[in-house]
Amino acid sequence: MTRHLRVDGPNHDDRLDHMAQGVIGQPLNRLEGPLKVAGRATYAAEARPRNLAYGVLVQAAIPAGKVLEIGDAPGALAVIRDKRMVRFAAQGMARKAPKSGPDGIDYMGQAIALVVADTFEAARHAAQNLSVRYAREDVPVNPEDVTPELPPKKQSKTGDLDKAMQEAAFSVDQVWHTPSQMAAAMEPHAAIAEWDGDRVTIRAGLQMLSSNKEQMADALGIRPDKLRLLAPYVGGGFGSKLGINAESVAAAIAAQKLGRPVQVSMTRQQVFDLAHRRSETRQRIRLACDADGTLTGLGHEALVSNLPDDGFSEPVTQATPFTYQAAHRQVVHAIARIHRSCAGSVRAPGEAVGVTVFECAMDELAEAAGIDPVDLRLRNIPEAEPVTGRPFSSHKLTEALQEGAKLFGWSDRRPAKERLEGEWYIGIGMASAVRVNQLVESRARVTLVQDGSAIVETDMTDIGTGTYTILGQLAAEMLGLPADRVEVKLGDTQFPPAAGSGGSFGAASSGNSVFLACEEIRRQIAKAIGCDEGDLTLQDGMARAGNVSKSLSEVVEGTITGEGHLEPGKTEKSHRQATWGSHWAEVAVNRWTGEVRVRRMMGVFACGRVLNEKTARSQCLGGMTFGIGIALTEAMEHDRRDGHAVSRDLAEYHIPCHADVPPLEVHFLQERDAYVGPLQAKGLGELGICGAGAAVLNAIYNACGVRVRELPATPDKIIAGLDP
Amino acid sequence: MRDFSFHRATSLDDLPAGATIIAGGTNLLDLMKHEVMAPGSLVDITRLDLDRVEAEGQGLRIGALVRNSDLAAHPAVRRDYPVLSRALLAGASGQLRNMATTGGNLMQRTRCPYFYDRRMACNKRDPGAGCSAIGGVTRNHAILGASPHCIATYPGDMAVALRALDAEVEIGGPSPRRIPLADFHKLPGDTPHVETALQPGDIITAVILPAPVGGQHRYRKVRDRASYAFALVSVAAVIGMDGSRIGHAALAFGGVAHKPWRDPEVERLLTGQEPSDALFAEAADILLRPAQAHGENQFKIPLLRRTLIATLRDATGMEAKA
Ligand SMILES: Cc1cc2nc3c(=O)[nH]c(=O)nc-3n(C[C@H](O)[C@H](O)[C@H](O)COP(=O)(O)OP(=O)(O)OC[C@H]3O[C@@H](n4cnc5c(N)ncnc54)[C@H](O)[C@@H]3O)c2cc1C
Ligand code: SF4
Repeated sequence: MTRHLRVDGPNHDDRLDHMAQGVIGQPLNRLEGPLKVAGRATYAAEARPRNLAYGVLVQAAIPAGKVLEIGDAPGALAVIRDKRMVRFAAQGMARKAPKSGPDGIDYMGQAIALVVADTFEAARHAAQNLSVRYAREDVPVNPEDVTPELPPKKQSKTGDLDKAMQEAAFSVDQVWHTPSQMAAAMEPHAAIAEWDGDRVTIRAGLQMLSSNKEQMADALGIRPDKLRLLAPYVGGGFGSKLGINAESVAAAIAAQKLGRPVQVSMTRQQVFDLAHRRSETRQRIRLACDADGTLTGLGHEALVSNLPDDGFSEPVTQATPFTYQAAHRQVVHAIARIHRSCAGSVRAPGEAVGVTVFECAMDELAEAAGIDPVDLRLRNIPEAEPVTGRPFSSHKLTEALQEGAKLFGWSDRRPAKERLEGEWYIGIGMASAVRVNQLVESRARVTLVQDGSAIVETDMTDIGTGTYTILGQLAAEMLGLPADRVEVKLGDTQFPPAAGSGGSFGAASSGNSVFLACEEIRRQIAKAIGCDEGDLTLQDGMARAGNVSKSLSEVVEGTITGEGHLEPGKTEKSHRQATWGSHWAEVAVNRWTGEVRVRRMMGVFACGRVLNEKTARSQCLGGMTFGIGIALTEAMEHDRRDGHAVSRDLAEYHIPCHADVPPLEVHFLQERDAYVGPLQAKGLGELGICGAGAAVLNAIYNACGVRVRELPATPDKIIAGLDP
Repeated sequence: MRDFSFHRATSLDDLPAGATIIAGGTNLLDLMKHEVMAPGSLVDITRLDLDRVEAEGQGLRIGALVRNSDLAAHPAVRRDYPVLSRALLAGASGQLRNMATTGGNLMQRTRCPYFYDRRMACNKRDPGAGCSAIGGVTRNHAILGASPHCIATYPGDMAVALRALDAEVEIGGPSPRRIPLADFHKLPGDTPHVETALQPGDIITAVILPAPVGGQHRYRKVRDRASYAFALVSVAAVIGMDGSRIGHAALAFGGVAHKPWRDPEVERLLTGQEPSDALFAEAADILLRPAQAHGENQFKIPLLRRTLIATLRDATGMEAKA
C-alpha cells in the first residue's frame, strides 16, 4: 500500500521526536564508508563487463560552426557520429534530451564524435589525432560583446529606487564580477552502456535518476521502460551530474552500434570543457538607508551568460526578494547569449555568488553608515516576505546572527587596518546565509522482514552526502530497529522514483517518502496487534501498545511492504521557505604580497530537523570550503578570442587545498519547520556556501582596508589596493 | 598516448640512443597523455646508482635520482643550504615530491596552458607555429627575458634556490661535463623549444653545490593558493650580514622568466650597504628595469617588487626590528 502526502498545510506533530529508537539525528558514520575506503564501492567507470570497449570523445577545436569532414582513426574500432549525440548536458530536472546533432558546433570543446577502441589509451590516441575539417563561424564569446536579453518575467520593480538612492542618508552603488566556476567533483564523468536486445543498462555518474531516465530515453529515441540507469555510488556532483551529458549518451549509442558494452569516461580536461560551468556574473548592487541604518532601497542587477539554445540562467538574485526589507526595490536579470561552454547548476546556483556579493555590499553600507555590520542586518529583517506579504515557514536569521556574534567573539572587532601582526594584517568579517528551500516529488519502498530487518529502496542517489545513512536512520527510527538492521538500496531506476540529489532537496524529499512508507508499515503492524498506529511504540525489534508487547517476528508474517509518496503542495506557495544562517571569518592579509590566509571560520545554520549531526556538519564544512574557494582561489578563465576554458585541470583551477582551509566550526540552531512535511527537515547541502565567501571578503577589508570586487581575491587584486 | 618501447637501464652505458629519459614520471607522463611529448622509446633510469647525496670537497654532490622529499629532508641540506630545502618544500605536493627526482625537476617543462593544449598554436611544442599565449590568458607568463616567440616561464622552485646557490649541473653521456646552472636553462629567443643546454644523448647525473656561504636563507613563494600551486613569483635569497651592513647577497627569482632569473647588478647594489627601505626600493627598480608585461600578468611587476622588498626586510632583520 502506498501512503501519499501532499504538503498542503503545516505539520506540528513532531513525530520523529516521539519515536523510541533514538537513532535519528545521531552522528552515525556513513554506511558505505568502509566500501569506499577499501575501493569496493564501484563507481560508474569501474564495472568490467566482458568484452568492454572504450570510447573517448572528440572535441571541437573551434568555437562555432560546422564539421565538414572527419578523417579515419587507424587502430580504432569505430569513429561514431550520430545525430542523437548531445551537444551539452541536460539541465537538472529537464524531461527531455538537450540539443543534439554533433555536426553543428556551439562552443569550443563540444563533443563532435566518439572514437572507440579496445583500450582507453588507443581510443584516446586516435581521438587526439583525428583530422577534422571545419567551417568556422564568428560568434561572440564574451558577455560584454552582446546586447543581453532581459526576460520580462525575471525583472521586478517596486517603488522608486532611483529616488530612494538620491534621498538616502547613506548608500552603496558598486559593481562586482565573479568568474566562471567549475564543480570539479573528484570523480570525472563516466558511463558504461550495455544492450540486451532492445533494452539498455547504463551505469553513470548521475545525480537525479528519474529525470535522467526521461532525458536519456528521449535522447536515444527509446521508451523509458527499455532503459535502466544505475548510479549506486557517485563521486561528487555539486550539480555537474544533474543531467545526462555527452559521455553517457555516446556510450549508449556506441554500445548499440558495436553490439558490445562501451565505457566512456571524460578526462579531467574534458570535464572542464563539457560539464556545466557556473556562469560568470556581473552584479551591480545599490543600497540606500536612512540615518539609523534602515534600508529604504535595494537593487540587484545581474548579468549572466549562457549558450543561445539553453534555458538555464544563473538565478543570481534568488534570495534578494526576501532577505531584507526595503520599500523601494529593483531586480534585473540579464542574459548574454554567448558561445562559452554551457552554464548550469553548480552547488547553490544563484545564492552562491548572489548572496556572497550582496553581503559584501551590506558590509560596505555598514561601513558607510558607521553601523556595525551585524546591527545593520538585524535592523532590516522583514516580518514577512517583502512585496508579497507571504509569511515565512520559519525564520531564524536573527537568531543565527545573534548566536554567531556571541560564539565568534564579534565584539572584539576593530576598525579596518588596525591590527598588524608582523607582516600580517588581521581582520574579521561576517555575512548572513540564506538559501531557498523546496521539496520535490519522491517515492520510496520499505520492506520490513520477519527477522527484524528492513530494506529501503528508492532511485535516490548518494553523491557522497550521506543519503544511505540518513535514509537507514529514518527507517530504523520509525520501525524501531537498530540502524545496522536496515539495508538501503539506492541508485537504480528499477526502484521507486525519487527526487534525486540536487538543489538541497534530496534528503528532505526522499526522507519524507521513506517516513511515509514506514508510517504505512506501522499502520499494518498496529492493525495486526489491534491498536491505533499512534499508540504503537516500536523499539529494538519489539512492538508495544498498552500492555501488549510482541516481537516483530510474531507480528510480521514474511514481510510487510509500504510505499511512500511525497508531493510538494500548497505550502510551496503559501509560505516563503528558506534556510538561514550566518558566516564568520578571521583572515590574515600579508601587507607585502597580498596573500590571504583564513585563520578561522564559523557558521551557524538553521535547516529544520538535523537528520544526522555528522553528515549534516560535513555538508556545512564542504559548503564553507566552497565559500573560501569563491572568495580566494577559484576562477575558470576563458580565452577571450574563442571562449575556451584555459584552466582545465586541478593544477590550474584552484580549489582550496588543505592549507587554505583552517579549522571550521559549525553550529546548528534547533528548529522544526512545520511547512515542509512531517520530517520538518529542510535542505542543507548548499546553505554552507551562501555568503561564506562574503565573510572572508569582508574580513579582508577589515584587515587591510581593501575591497575586492572582482573575485577571487588573489594576491594581484589585493596588492592593487595596498600601500606601496 | 602514443605506443612506445620501454627499457629499464642498468648502467649509464645502457641508455639506448634516441630514447627519452623517464625518472619520477610526474611531468613526462602528463605530457605524454596529452601527446605534447610523444617519445617512441623511453628509458627508465630509476635503477641507476644516482640516488645519493655525498660530500664533494667542501660542497655537496646530489645524485640526479635523489627524490625531492629526501633532498629537502637531508640534514646537510637543512643545515647548510636551507634555501634549497625551503624551495623544495614549497613545490608541488607531498605525493609528487616523493616521486619527483632532482634531474627531472630541473627538466620540468613550462605550465603555459597553451603548451598543454594541442588545439592551440605553440612555438615551443611546434616550432614556427606561432604563440597563442600572446593575446590570451597570461597569468603565469614571463615579465623578464621573454621573446616575441614565447613568453612562457620555467615553473620550478628547486632550480631557483640552486641558482642563488651557484650550483652546477653534472652531465654524463658521450661528452661528460659540468655546466653552471646559470647556463643550463635558456631564454626563449627564437628557439623556445630549446630549453636547456643538454644535447642528444646527455643525461644529468648530479647537481653540485659549492661550499656553503652561511647567512640567512629565504625562499619566498607567492601563489594563488596557500599550497600546491606554481609560483606567481618567487624569491630565493642568501644574505649574509657584515655587522650592520649587507656582506653578501645572492638573489634568484622564479615564476618570472624562462629560466631562474638573477641580476648581478641588484646584488652589487646591496652589497656593503646598510639595509633600508630606500635601498631595497632601488634594488627592485634595477631588477624590474627590463620587465615587460603581456596583458594580465602586469601584476607580476609590482608583486615581484613587493616580494623582493619583503624578503630583503626579513633576511636582513629589518622586519623583526620593525
Ligand atoms: C600537479 C603538479 C604540481 C606541481 N607543482 C610544482 C611546484 O609547485 N613547484 C615545482 O617546482 N614543481 C612542481 N611540479 C613539478 C614537479 O616538481 C616535477 O614534475 C618533477 O620535479 C619532475 O621530476 P620527475 O623525476 O618526476 O621527472 P619526469 O617526469 O620523469 O621527467 C621530466 C623531464 O625530465 C627529463 N629527465 C628526467 N631525469 C633526467 C635526467 N637525469 N637527465 C636528463 N633528463 C632527465 C625527462 O626526460 C623529462 O623530459 C608539479 C607537478 C605537478 C604534476
Ligand atoms: S608562451 Fe611559449 S609555451 Fe606558451 S604558447 Fe607561447 S610559445 Fe607555447
